[in-house]
Amino acid sequence: MIKQRLIVQKIWFSLLKVAAWVNGLALAVIVYFILSRGWRAVSWGFLTQAPKDSMTAGGILPCIVGTIALCLMTILVALPIGVASAIYLNEYAGHGKFIRFIRLGINNLAGVPSIVFGLFGLAFFCIVLKMGVSIASGGLTLGIMTLPVIIGASEEALKSVPNTYREASLAMGATKWQTIRRVVLPTAFPGIITGSILGISRAAGETAPIMYTGAVFFTPDLPASILDEVMALPYHIYVLATAGTQIEATRHLQYGTALVLIVLIFGMNLSAIIMRSKMRKKLRI
Amino acid sequence: MQRHIKMHTKNLDFFYGDFQALHEISIDFIQHQVTALIGPSGCGKSTYLRCLNRMNDLISRIRIKGEAMLDTQDIYDPSVDVVTLRRRVGMVFQKPNPFPKSIFENIAYGLKVNGVKDKANITAIVEKSLKQAAIWDEVRDRLNESALGLSGGQQQRLCIARALAVGPEVLLMDEPASALDPIATQKIEELITELSSKLTIIIVTHNMQQAARVSDRTAFFYMGKLIEVNDTDTLFTKPKLKQTEDYITGRFG
Amino acid sequence: MAGHLQREIEKIKKQILSLGAMVEDRFQKAIYAIKTEDLQLAQKIIDTDVEVDECEIEVEEECLKILALYQPVATDLRFLVAVIKINNDLERIADYAANIAQRYKTSFNDPNKFKYDYTSMADQAAKMLMMSLDALVRMDVDMAYDVRDMDRDVNIMRNDAYDSMKKDIQLHPQMVGEIINMYLISRHLERIGDHTTNIAEEVIYLIEGEIIRHT
Repeated sequence: MIKQRLIVQKIWFSLLKVAAWVNGLALAVIVYFILSRGWRAVSWGFLTQAPKDSMTAGGILPCIVGTIALCLMTILVALPIGVASAIYLNEYAGHGKFIRFIRLGINNLAGVPSIVFGLFGLAFFCIVLKMGVSIASGGLTLGIMTLPVIIGASEEALKSVPNTYREASLAMGATKWQTIRRVVLPTAFPGIITGSILGISRAAGETAPIMYTGAVFFTPDLPASILDEVMALPYHIYVLATAGTQIEATRHLQYGTALVLIVLIFGMNLSAIIMRSKMRKKLRI
Repeated sequence: MQRHIKMHTKNLDFFYGDFQALHEISIDFIQHQVTALIGPSGCGKSTYLRCLNRMNDLISRIRIKGEAMLDTQDIYDPSVDVVTLRRRVGMVFQKPNPFPKSIFENIAYGLKVNGVKDKANITAIVEKSLKQAAIWDEVRDRLNESALGLSGGQQQRLCIARALAVGPEVLLMDEPASALDPIATQKIEELITELSSKLTIIIVTHNMQQAARVSDRTAFFYMGKLIEVNDTDTLFTKPKLKQTEDYITGRFG
Repeated sequence: MAGHLQREIEKIKKQILSLGAMVEDRFQKAIYAIKTEDLQLAQKIIDTDVEVDECEIEVEEECLKILALYQPVATDLRFLVAVIKINNDLERIADYAANIAQRYKTSFNDPNKFKYDYTSMADQAAKMLMMSLDALVRMDVDMAYDVRDMDRDVNIMRNDAYDSMKKDIQLHPQMVGEIINMYLISRHLERIGDHTTNIAEEVIYLIEGEIIRHT
């Protein structure tokens, strides 16, 4: 009888292991696929030049700059509002109807399809607010889309700060805000930053929200202000693969662009993880 | 020796929503004395302690009736600034809870939030508090290291130093040694006796021997009521009420 | 944990009461030996006094063990303190009973027998011993107070014996040794009375929590 339980356990553990390995395997396959088809296209020239000859040659510098600009704008929009909302919801809000309504709103916001965000951004930021297709519009759209992620991560980080810290602070005669500013936020900071970077690295790879609001097919100049339009990496892949005149000829460039995008996103995620572990070390010991 | 009553409550009732957790508690806390609150789990002694520095205000739907005074001031009067009250009535908790900051920053915290800016002043007060808490010699060379690197007993003495830094007149201690090993506990108890010459201390404890060792007066709580309060040596050699006797001899609870 | 302590206390209670019974028995036998002129019995009491000493040590060690291990408080504490002291008083009473037997043995070999009737004094002392132990068993504080009162009578009886024997020495100066020997018995009985009074006072302390010695 005992042996049977051990066998059953072994079977289940093996199945769980397989599931985890499938995960890793999928990632490895994707990376290999793109790497093998794209590495030939990537060169120093590729990264520092603009596209030439109807995009069959040249590089993707404007796309890299554009994606980075959009990311920065997203951070500017989503981080302050997201963290502030999380602080309010977790530290100050009660449990009344109004708060539940707000939380419902946040959850639903997370579920809105990215293309819908794109259309909303087009209608509101580009047309109504007259910002046109620009880093501003694209960044704002991406920002709103990333808001639920940042609020979620920040709330988790704030919740994980032990209540005993808050009690100890208040018991010494600190106000609630002093407690948040001097104890809670610094302690939650690693979690907030990590969650935010992960959220923004997702936003970096989104195409639909920026299609009508910030990114364009082609622009010869690098952006000079936030009201300028830009090219972006994910959109560029889409463009090359569907709308260009030389789809087959530019296949290698598509994979090259995809490779650069993935490297960028992995880079951001990795830096988030490293930053978090460094900050955690400082707080624990 | 004149006995000044530093804090007292008179007929204090406390409600969580509809549930009455404390019934007409009246106790005088004499200055420069240690008073211990004992009783079985859930009898209300921690709730009562938290009434004395209004930490219960953090819980929603609570109600208080009756009188709670610090010197001659009603601490629940609407005009009272809770933040100032908590500076005068400090608290040390059951589990040591130093902030994830350096040792120096931990002690300086209370000073900074209360507006002390002068760096030399802060440094002097930090040293004084660490000395008062009998931990200066152990940490003087590592003030900039994280407080979380200290042992449990050291962390608790750090929390005491932190509470002392703002200069309270009363110190509330909620089972301060229950999470510590016997030697650390002994150090804390010696510290309490030392501090009582300058402060009024009120300590909640599960450990009756500790109450007997450390306190001048003891109050026995049961089911939200105050059963008996008396000088500690009298309470432990000839308690007035059978209920008290049954509890302290371990026949129940 | 309370269960352990209560069991230990019950054990000590039994021990001290059995010691009390042992001592009572010895005292009765000492007086009986004198009444019935039984030298053998008297000798036995003298020889076996060491048994009482051993019991006394056992009880005291048990009490110390409980104090160390359980840190008792309130009535439990007062009980143990009372037991330690009663233990001591009982051992002294047994010693005096042996002393009385010894006095009798000494007088047995006298050519001229001098007799003094200690019956009433011995009965009083025996009654006091019985009552004080009863008061302990039943936690009867009134009985304990009565024992204190009875001690007065014993002291009076000893004074009477003193006066009487003073006269006897003047009348029979050649028997001064025997008379002094007899007188010592009254001293022993009086000391037994004092120790039973101590026992009664311990019982009062145990019940009321007040030390009333010296009042």
